[in-house]
Amino acid sequence: MRLLEKLRIRLQMLLHRDRESGRLDAELEFHLEQQIAENRAAGMSPQEARQAALRSFGNPVALREQARESWSWNGLEALWRDVRIGARTLLRSPGFAVTAILVMALGIGANVALFTLVRSVLLRPLPFAEQSRLVRIFEAQSDGSYQDNIVAGGSFAIWKEHARSFTDLSIMDEMSYNLAGAGSQLPEVVRAETASWNLFPLLGVRPAVGRFFTAADDQPGANATVVLTWGLWKRRFGSDPGIVGKNILVDDKSYTVVGILPAWFAWPDAKVQLWTPLYHEKSPALMRLFEAHNFDVVGRLRPGVTVQQASAELNAQQREIRREHPDGPVNDAVNLRSLVDADTYEIKTGLYALLGATGCLLLIACLNIANLLVARSASRSKEAAIRTALGGNRWRLIREQVVESTLLSTAGGMLGLAMAGGILHWLIGTRDDIPRADAIHMDGVVMLFALAAILGCGLLAGLIPALTSRDTRVLTALQESSRSYSGGRGRARLRQILLALEVGLTVVLLIGAGLLLRSYQQLRSANLGFAQHNVLTMEVNLPKNSYPTADRRLGFDEQLLSRVRALPGVEAAGLATIIPGEGRRRDEVFTISEHPPLPRGQVLDALTRFADPGYFNAMQIPLLEGRSFDASERLDHAAVVLVNRELVREYFPNEDPIGRHVVVDGVFPGESLRIVGVVGDTRDEITHDPYPVLYYPLLSGDQRGMTLVVRSTRDPAGIALSVQKAIAALDPQLPVANVLTMEQVLGELTLDARFDATLLLAFAALSLLLAMVGLFGVLSFMVAQRTTEIGVRIALGASRQNILGQMLRDGLRPAVWGLVVGLGASVGVTRLIQSLLFGTKPLDVEVFALVSGTLLFVAALACLLPAWRASRLDPMQALRTE
Amino acid sequence: MAKPNDLVQGTLDLLILRTIAPEPMHGWAIAKRIQQISQEVLQVQQGSLYPALHRLEQQGWIRAKWMESETGRQAKFYSLTAAGKRHLEHETANWNRLSAAIDLVIEGA
Repeated sequence: MRLLEKLRIRLQMLLHRDRESGRLDAELEFHLEQQIAENRAAGMSPQEARQAALRSFGNPVALREQARESWSWNGLEALWRDVRIGARTLLRSPGFAVTAILVMALGIGANVALFTLVRSVLLRPLPFAEQSRLVRIFEAQSDGSYQDNIVAGGSFAIWKEHARSFTDLSIMDEMSYNLAGAGSQLPEVVRAETASWNLFPLLGVRPAVGRFFTAADDQPGANATVVLTWGLWKRRFGSDPGIVGKNILVDDKSYTVVGILPAWFAWPDAKVQLWTPLYHEKSPALMRLFEAHNFDVVGRLRPGVTVQQASAELNAQQREIRREHPDGPVNDAVNLRSLVDADTYEIKTGLYALLGATGCLLLIACLNIANLLVARSASRSKEAAIRTALGGNRWRLIREQVVESTLLSTAGGMLGLAMAGGILHWLIGTRDDIPRADAIHMDGVVMLFALAAILGCGLLAGLIPALTSRDTRVLTALQESSRSYSGGRGRARLRQILLALEVGLTVVLLIGAGLLLRSYQQLRSANLGFAQHNVLTMEVNLPKNSYPTADRRLGFDEQLLSRVRALPGVEAAGLATIIPGEGRRRDEVFTISEHPPLPRGQVLDALTRFADPGYFNAMQIPLLEGRSFDASERLDHAAVVLVNRELVREYFPNEDPIGRHVVVDGVFPGESLRIVGVVGDTRDEITHDPYPVLYYPLLSGDQRGMTLVVRSTRDPAGIALSVQKAIAALDPQLPVANVLTMEQVLGELTLDARFDATLLLAFAALSLLLAMVGLFGVLSFMVAQRTTEIGVRIALGASRQNILGQMLRDGLRPAVWGLVVGLGASVGVTRLIQSLLFGTKPLDVEVFALVSGTLLFVAALACLLPAWRASRLDPMQALRTE
Repeated sequence: MAKPNDLVQGTLDLLILRTIAPEPMHGWAIAKRIQQISQEVLQVQQGSLYPALHRLEQQGWIRAKWMESETGRQAKFYSLTAAGKRHLEHETANWNRLSAAIDLVIEGA
């Protein structure tokens, strides 16, 4: 009842505010008339009666204000008034307003975009049922030498059988298949995944059409089956549901399509086109090995089981496996990561660093605006003092300031939100290593973040100047502002502190950007050990069915090479299974026949590469010792290997490796292979020092998947078509994948580094600009305030150099303080981005020195004009401006 | 000597509620009545009265109505709402207890 009554009153006060206002006037008027009537009754003249009544009544305006204050919505009304005042004030100085809004928009836009990215990619759950219970399992080494090793089939089988912590465990591997062209379609190479049949049920996914694999499909002898992703189904099969149950040609073998994945399913990433059952695809022998690390393992924890418990159980099992297999590369521990973390831990640091940088940028923007507002409030201190003297409420003055800055940040925020959409689009388009890019969008939480950023900026920028304008000593303020010398010292100091902070943050950003840039430069200029210019690469994959024997494969290889080498513009061509820059990919353990047996548990390990005799010339990998492969070392007469210098350094110290023999059971079981030559090192992982490598003769005809490298005399992209035609002439059904120049390959590989560095540099440059504007503004302000003082000093004989030096010193002081603070902070902060650095120390002296120099130079530049102006003052003019 | 301004806010509210309990009254009459009954000791200033009246109205204790006054002018008459009646009883009981307690302390000391 009372609630209803209150509601009615509130509505009335909101909707009929003007009417109520009129009624209040009438009520007070009535009171006054009654008083007059009483006074007259007491015998006063009409004139006297009215005056006496007014006297006892007090100030009617104040009375009305007091009564109104008890109304509901009064706060809202006052706020609206302040907003109108604020908007008018801002409109009076549009230049300031526009600058401030743009600065805010940039800061907030960049922050919202980065936050969206971080949230969508790193923080938001995957679209799977109860995904908090999903984990990725890696093998690891208890001494810490390996953290996230992929898993061997044998270990997985043991876990799957014995582990009690999981409702289910599933194993999977990346694949690529040749998808034969049907009708007029071209053959293509598709990215694929192969997984044990229980993966989809484990993730909690249901088929859009048909069914997923069954345990019966997931066996070596089973009928070949395939599940298509929604994208491939739509693109290649016109979304025809009739395809389910039909056969398609995959790697020249017939596979039955059993089902279609739902459209939202884009895991592990959107490039995967089809899925096959793993135990059907892989040999049973491979799946029993503990040494061959090939697979990704996903598990679903039992309800109530923690990651720690599961980790303890699997660690015990893996330790046991190691005890039973003390030889060979068998790991003795495991490492569990949540599924999201496993997908993103490699790009996490970079994204967080960028988010941190945008945060700094926003803070700098806020400080800059606070700085400008301090300047404005200084020029309005007389107004504030007069208002305080007239009984103005200090709280009102503060509120006006904050409302003004919040108006700025709101306008900036709106613009920033619009910009964030664009920035996000660009980010996703540029970085294709971002997982689940299709799931990135701005949602409610992002909007809340934007709102918080807007309000936070408004409060920060408004409160700093407002809280410091404590003009309790009204008289001082009035006196101070009536004279134009040595005034406003306190405010100038505040502005200098703000500036120092700004400069400090800028220094941190500059140093971060400098380190990343230097690191990128190192990366690009690192000696990779192979030709980078005018090299074209493309992948071919010989299907098992069409090329069943070593003879057939060798025939293709030799014909391909001779045809390509005959093409005009081609200088050299070669074939290798894996080219530098593609990562470790395949490695095997080996023994050296001439060396005594190793102690138990120790192994020698080298990357496995097959190459034809011309490959080293084509890639310009130098032959350092001995000889290269010979064209006669082919098929069964290929018991020779080449090694790289790193392998010699590590395994043949102080020894001539030529003529020694190695045995590599993972490649040619039981065969003794003679080392015939040593070639130069190459960087297989671009950010890692060279690994030991064993090169085997490709002409053994052992391998089906390989990369063709072609070095040309002119732009390699120009000869791509003729090379592809040569391949098509050999085998029209053979698809060619990843036709890229070496520059493109390396560009991809260093994309993250370049991206992080460029973005951070842009932020740093922007904040440097802001800091410069701030320095310029503060010094100009100080000079304007001290015009009279400077005039007097010049009149008394101070030299212009004196004045110039004095002003420069005053202006540079905050910059120097900021530099000191920033350098100190950088020492701590740069450690956090250590993992992003390549060949660069977090405390790189050159970067620190360069940043310090740049900053001081820019600061001096910003201070020079106002200082010069001060020194050119005409003393007569200056004294007259009073 | 205590000035009327020093009246505790809650006390002014109580006085107003008590004064308009028998019949609706306008602001001027409320001030006059309090002055009369307290034998000129309590003088309610306009500066306290009208904010108090508006506050009580916002809280739903009293209700305002425009009616013709004794002089024939339109005036704003305040009357108690049902909730206001209950509030008055409650506050009166509180006041009685408080003043009795203060009496006891002062007499007994």
